[in-house]
Amino acid sequence: MEDLLKLKGKNIVVMGVANERSIAWGVAKSLYKAGANVIYTYRLDRSLQKLTKLLEKYEYPSDLVVQCDVNDDESVQNAFREIGEKVGVIHGIVHSVAFARAEDLKGDFIDTSRDGYAFAQDTSAYSLIAVAKAARPYMTEEGSIVTMSYIGAERAVPGYSVMGIAKASLEASVRYLALDLGENGIRINAISAGPIRTLAAKGVPGFNDILRLIEEKAPLKRNVTQEEVGDMSLAMLSQLSRGVTGEVIYVDSGYNILA
Amino acid sequence: MAEVLDRVTKIIVDRLGVEESQVTLEASFKEDLGADSLDVVELVMELEDEFDMEISDDDAEKIATVGDAVDYINSKQ
Repeated sequence: MEDLLKLKGKNIVVMGVANERSIAWGVAKSLYKAGANVIYTYRLDRSLQKLTKLLEKYEYPSDLVVQCDVNDDESVQNAFREIGEKVGVIHGIVHSVAFARAEDLKGDFIDTSRDGYAFAQDTSAYSLIAVAKAARPYMTEEGSIVTMSYIGAERAVPGYSVMGIAKASLEASVRYLALDLGENGIRINAISAGPIRTLAAKGVPGFNDILRLIEEKAPLKRNVTQEEVGDMSLAMLSQLSRGVTGEVIYVDSGYNILA
Repeated sequence: MAEVLDRVTKIIVDRLGVEESQVTLEASFKEDLGADSLDVVELVMELEDEFDMEISDDDAEKIATVGDAVDYINSKQ
């Protein structure tokens, strides 16, 4: 049988595993099934501890786990230099990191602080640009970058507030990065996932109501799983999607098509 | 009551890496069990799954001790 994904032994960097519920972990699980060599970056020590336990529990191998603070250019450059020098070629990146301060998600959007706005942009959108720039020298066999977005980038979702603006910026960054990276044959796409109960999502006020709305209204009448987002990410990282770049792909039970 | 406490204790021991003997009704998640704010969110999510319930953001903020969690779960079942 032909290997359609062609990801066996490919070096894929996964950023943003905070715990077992993380979307990044869903993608990692799919990547292991496809035989990829998964490399991780983490920021907090607590995430490293969680990741170490998860890898033991699932008996997944990972030779390379690197600290990377996406708010710091030097940290991003050092992380990708270390990865690039160890593995030679980076074939794919999963950017699944975002952050907004809790005080900026509570209350009205109009009260968002200047500083909180900038911080959400820096962590959630600029980080993709910094990562793409740092990784490009090592993505010498074309390759693919995938980032995670949400419908709150395009529509006003109560409670999502400053993160919606950051995701809008992220999606626009994907399009402009696609222009630059296309010259090197590197593709970059966003996955707009339906709501999933992650640690980050629980920081969004009224998140449970958002989940219920999808079950009620989306064409598939259910919420999507971490595995479904993982599998679509796998497709976007693989050669199956080789003609697609700069795109936002919805894995949301069809919710985005509704009027 | 005892059964709820047992299940809550098991989750806390697993998530926070503390000894079972430390998990008393009076124990504060943050002060006695070393939980940070992310640990507390994780615990709330585990409790929601374990007891098949929703804990609203406002209610979650009021849960400071193991006893608070047990009382909350008992009041909803």
